[in-house]
Amino acid sequence: MARNVTKGRKIGTTILAWFVGLVIFFPILWTFLTSFKTELQAISIPPVFVGFDWTLENYATIQTQSNYFHFMANSIYLSLGSTALGLIFAIPAAWAMAFSPTKRTKDVLLWMLSTKMLPAVGVLIPVYLMFIRFGLLDSRLGLIVVLFLINLPIIVWMLYTYFKEIPGEILEAARMDGASLRKEITQVLAPMAVPGIASTILLNVILSWNEAFWTLNLTTSNAAPLTAFIASFSSPQGNFYAKLSAASMLAIAPILIVGWFSQKQLVRGLTFGAVK
Amino acid sequence: MGQIHLEKVRKAFGDVVIIPELDLQIEDGEFVVFVGPSGCGKSTLLRLIAGLEDVTGGKIVIDGKDATTLPPAKRGLAMVFQSYALYPHMSVRKNIAFPLKMAGMDKAEIDKRVDYAAKTLNLDNYIDRRPGQLSGGQRQRVAIGRAIVREPEAFLFDEPLSNLDAALRVGMRLEISELHQRLKTTMIYVTHDQVEAMTMADKIVVLRAGNIEQVGSPLELYLHPRNTFVAGFIGSPKMNLLGGNEAAKYQAATMGVRPEHIRLSTADGAWKGTVKVSEHLGSDTFLHVESPVHDEPLTVRAGGEFPVHAGDVVYLTPEPDKVHRFDDKGLAMKGNGRAIG
Repeated sequence: MARNVTKGRKIGTTILAWFVGLVIFFPILWTFLTSFKTELQAISIPPVFVGFDWTLENYATIQTQSNYFHFMANSIYLSLGSTALGLIFAIPAAWAMAFSPTKRTKDVLLWMLSTKMLPAVGVLIPVYLMFIRFGLLDSRLGLIVVLFLINLPIIVWMLYTYFKEIPGEILEAARMDGASLRKEITQVLAPMAVPGIASTILLNVILSWNEAFWTLNLTTSNAAPLTAFIASFSSPQGNFYAKLSAASMLAIAPILIVGWFSQKQLVRGLTFGAVK
Repeated sequence: MGQIHLEKVRKAFGDVVIIPELDLQIEDGEFVVFVGPSGCGKSTLLRLIAGLEDVTGGKIVIDGKDATTLPPAKRGLAMVFQSYALYPHMSVRKNIAFPLKMAGMDKAEIDKRVDYAAKTLNLDNYIDRRPGQLSGGQRQRVAIGRAIVREPEAFLFDEPLSNLDAALRVGMRLEISELHQRLKTTMIYVTHDQVEAMTMADKIVVLRAGNIEQVGSPLELYLHPRNTFVAGFIGSPKMNLLGGNEAAKYQAATMGVRPEHIRLSTADGAWKGTVKVSEHLGSDTFLHVESPVHDEPLTVRAGGEFPVHAGDVVYLTPEPDKVHRFDDKGLAMKGNGRAIG
């Protein structure tokens, strides 16, 4: 029986949804507004909402103070590089776990996820020392490897959930038809899993893009991505909130735009398997 | 050639034994049907032959060569799955061409074979569509097309018709039978539907709990079931199996008589009973009759129309030379036995 949804209830949930949405969105909105204020207006009490003199000065200043495109290029390298590396390892792993599970498959999956529960700072010193030893400090390669490793459990999990939805008989058919393991994966499994792989890529790019702990601790300038770009505006002389906001807006703009255009994919990807 | 010999084949998943130990000879060009209730191991047996499962013990010999450890693709077999297992992201053409492409055949030859298969299976109008845009029957044809282009040593069918509606099923049944007559290739067909088994098979293998209960032509199984299980499983409606006094009259532990081998009368006969349900199909009349001789209703078939209805009293007489006798282990006994008294 369909649930009886009254009009009043519909309006109620709509208002609630908008309210929750706005609460979640508010920090971004506030950052956006602050980025157009002067430093003085940015810290004024009571805070001004829209009634201030809009200025582009902050955006101009940060452009002259640092090279935005250098940081952005690094962000792109890091997020795409770690995602590509992640897929190379995660697709076979998820494939094996989804299509030839053993008694321990669930345990392995949980164990992988449990590594995400370890506070990153707990392994900072050993990782830092390893980076010094291998000369990886402030190198893109080093960071790509770290970002790849910290996101690998999530990529494997997402792909695993997707692959689980693909009927095993189709892969068996491919086997009967003479497909080698490589062809089974590249010509049958991967094309069928495209939507899943796409949203996995998207989520992983966003996660890598936003990752701040490792990128801040393991880089100085050469390999520094946009997270470092933002951080550079919180200086020992005090926080310049307006410039910080402008930097933040510039840093999240690319991912915001990508996310906006692919939100359908993203939602589908994250809820995949939940509803059949 | 498409000779398949199973020698002492065993399959267990951990401690669970699916197939205890089984021998079976399938000769070239035979249409063999594995039939049995669900969970009898018939699909597992097919998958063992296909190579999709590994045997726990024993040998699978295909055309004289030991294929026990060969991967599926190297066995020269093609399989049609219950769910059709078409590649959803490929057109019908690409689906059918896939095994040929995997075999590294050149493009011209692939096109030729795909076109021929599509034509014989009436798929030429759908050749560029994706499986999602096809009906169940069309998908089934694509799956068959994908199997025949390879010209395999043998075809394996895993309940291929069970996802189709009744009308389509009869049509596809005929098509597969015709295909077999045309190609004369060995076919192994798994079904739980004994009507499919009876109508299509050269040889039926009746399975129960991983054991072969009987192997034989459809008529052999119908006329001489080896035990009560086969007797009850083959034939539609089911054979009536009676124990106690009635069986004793035939010097047996169980006596069986098929619904079509019971004479019906409204005047007199061996067993008196009351009609519980009557089914009038015009061509036949099926009666379910409650009688003191058996605790379950007896099924009777009369050719044509037999004008009785629920609640009417009828008399049933088993045709003496059509009675089956089984001993206390359920195994068939020789001869019809003479009714005493």
